[in-house]
Amino acid sequence: MIKVNERIGVFICHCGLNIAGTVNVEKVAEEISKCKGVVHAEHYIFMCSDPGQEKVRQTIKEKKLDGVIVAACSPDLHEHTFRSAAASAGLNPYRVEIANIREWVAWPHEGKGEEATEKAIKIIDAAIEKLRDNMALLPVEVPVTKKVLVIGGGIAGIQAALDCADAGLDVYLVERGQSIGGKMAQLSETFPTLDCPQCIETPKMTAVAQHPKIHLYAYSEIEDVNGYVGNFKVKIKRKPTFVDWDKCTGCRECMKVCPVKVPSEYERGIADRKAIYISFPQAVPNKAVIDAENCIRMKYGKGCGLCAKNCPSKAITFEGNGSIEEVKVGAIIVATGFDVMGVNSFGEYGYGKYKDVLDALQFERLLAPAGPTSGKVLRPSDGREPKEVVFVQCVGSRDPDNWHPYCSKICCMYIAKQAMLYKHAVPDGQAYVFYIDIRADGKGYEEFVHRAMTEDGVIYLRGKVGKIVEEGDKLRVYGVDTLTGRNVVIDADLVVLATAVEPSKGIDDLARKLRIQLDQDGWLSEAHLKLRPLESLTSGIFIAGAAQYIKDITDTVSQASGAAAKAIALLSRDKLEKEPIVATVDEEVCVGCGNCVSICTYNAVELDPELKVARVNEGLCEGCGACAATCPSGAIQLINNTKKQIFEMITALTRRD
Amino acid sequence: MEKDYFEPVIVGFLCRWCAAAAADAAGTSRLHYPPNIRPVRVNCSGFIDPVYILRALLEGADGVFVAGCRPGDCHYVDGNLKARRRIAILKETLKTLGLEDQRVVFEYISTSEGSRYAELVKKFTEKIRGLGPSPLKKKFLTV
Repeated sequence: MIKVNERIGVFICHCGLNIAGTVNVEKVAEEISKCKGVVHAEHYIFMCSDPGQEKVRQTIKEKKLDGVIVAACSPDLHEHTFRSAAASAGLNPYRVEIANIREWVAWPHEGKGEEATEKAIKIIDAAIEKLRDNMALLPVEVPVTKKVLVIGGGIAGIQAALDCADAGLDVYLVERGQSIGGKMAQLSETFPTLDCPQCIETPKMTAVAQHPKIHLYAYSEIEDVNGYVGNFKVKIKRKPTFVDWDKCTGCRECMKVCPVKVPSEYERGIADRKAIYISFPQAVPNKAVIDAENCIRMKYGKGCGLCAKNCPSKAITFEGNGSIEEVKVGAIIVATGFDVMGVNSFGEYGYGKYKDVLDALQFERLLAPAGPTSGKVLRPSDGREPKEVVFVQCVGSRDPDNWHPYCSKICCMYIAKQAMLYKHAVPDGQAYVFYIDIRADGKGYEEFVHRAMTEDGVIYLRGKVGKIVEEGDKLRVYGVDTLTGRNVVIDADLVVLATAVEPSKGIDDLARKLRIQLDQDGWLSEAHLKLRPLESLTSGIFIAGAAQYIKDITDTVSQASGAAAKAIALLSRDKLEKEPIVATVDEEVCVGCGNCVSICTYNAVELDPELKVARVNEGLCEGCGACAATCPSGAIQLINNTKKQIFEMITALTRRD
Repeated sequence: MEKDYFEPVIVGFLCRWCAAAAADAAGTSRLHYPPNIRPVRVNCSGFIDPVYILRALLEGADGVFVAGCRPGDCHYVDGNLKARRRIAILKETLKTLGLEDQRVVFEYISTSEGSRYAELVKKFTEKIRGLGPSPLKKKFLTV
């Protein structure tokens, strides 16, 4: 980095009449030409036009300029344009500064020509003062690890992992449960095509297991994340399974003999699993884990052990075999999905109290051909076939006073599907749906809901349900039909609640580890809702699926492929370029107080253990300058934003003529 | 040109991710506000050393207007909150120097809030006009 002598050129743009209509550009050029070091000052109608840029390039060469000021519009618009123009004429782009005299001067001060002209001169003067000490910089080049971490093994994570792996990248897929598959694996059939997930998701799960580029970490969690785009270091914790997975063949002999029964997470509590289990028949990996909290042998340290005795491959060890492994990746895709609201809410509906009030995910299991009832719809209380079933939508959604203000988005469609599937299972039964609005905004969705109404005779009632009370072996549903204005009472055999969709539990903790943000409802914040919906604000970390906001499978898979494409594009480069505006330390001045170390959000500053001076990791530094503001000795400064530069700018701005 | 009436000199420090963009938006929407503010675009409000504010006051500014992102929106996670704390402490110090602490403000302005920027600048300019020239200016700058 070289300090340069002063041969500054100033180019003042008229922007047609946008600037020149208010600011006296001739006077500005005349005044500015008197400034120290300014060897050229001119004004031109459109600096950003080709001839305008050519003027800049020509003058740089002819007058051997070593610094350029363009007084024009906001740097957000044309800083890049003029820096590139300067670079093509051989001037370092960081020796170019923009003075914003359009948005900040001409436009807000229309009709005040004299003041605006004076203000424009001050702002250009300040830009010149900054430019004097601007270093010529080169972008910081950082190496790239061509590997991807995908967090979450639902359909979003599976799709993203497969796409990245097919592009030739090594993928670490981390899933906290025993198996990948996510919520989709729990579904009976999917709207609007009525495919069963076993037919469309299971092949993808197998592809993950067999892909040579995908390293699957099931029953694992993210312990710690460090580093920056292209160079993340991630610690993955493999939770102890107490089973040697190298030996386990997935034969399930252990599950036959285990005497302990625990409500199954996969069956959403309407059926049991054993203390040693494989979540479901198509699980990937097809390996058993012991739930140590409920296993007799694990709890008491002795006794039982039936599973181990019955295991033909002697895989069951009862020994804590967890481990922490560190991997390096260049990009991270977060695909942690969602949860649905649980049983501690909605007392008015008897949820958690009456056995025949289910949430929709529980009802999915009743409908599923491979579910606990083999797809027969039977009441959990007495095993009878329900003839009247009431579905209640928007339970906890669109309810800002009590629960969530947002729409859970998928419920209108899956309730139509469930009502339809119920009718297919119980042709002489009747389904009722209480709804606020029907939101069927996808390809074939509106037609699907219509089909539920016309072909399967589902009765849609526009209104909410006030309460549900058990009367004998019936559930009395007190609702209202707002279209007729009448109260409606239905004696139902079974009630299904479309409880609100929520961000996946633990997402707040994970977001902290990743240094990405959540919005007010706990969904992952995207960099820009419309234009950068697949990226977090932390560069190199992408978002896929319902972790960003509720999505159906179609949207989730599209977004997962999109996030994968973003990661693939990022990692297609051998080096990444980073803005070189980072903090630097004058080691002669640094006293090693460590203020900068503790204030840095990115852990980019460290104290050299021997010399006791601060050291900046340029790859980690984002250039916010918080360290510079906290340094008592002025030893750590932000390049091209030094204290001297800011002081000189202040002097220029407050200068009295 | 020396004026025979008081025109406040106001130095602004605007975060490039929010307030500077809001100032752009104010201009684009042709919202008019007094020309007294002379802004500096900075990477983050958390970059603003309180010394810059003092320096501006000593050099003849009658007021200093600092603006950063709304809480939770900071591009660098929490630089705006760092700025808020630093400026709160600085304002206490100003009082002990015999300077009105209203001469320094810290505002949250998001990218889209061009009209809020114009409004706040207008209000602040009027406030400083009411307070009159900075006493520091009299002390250090009158010859």
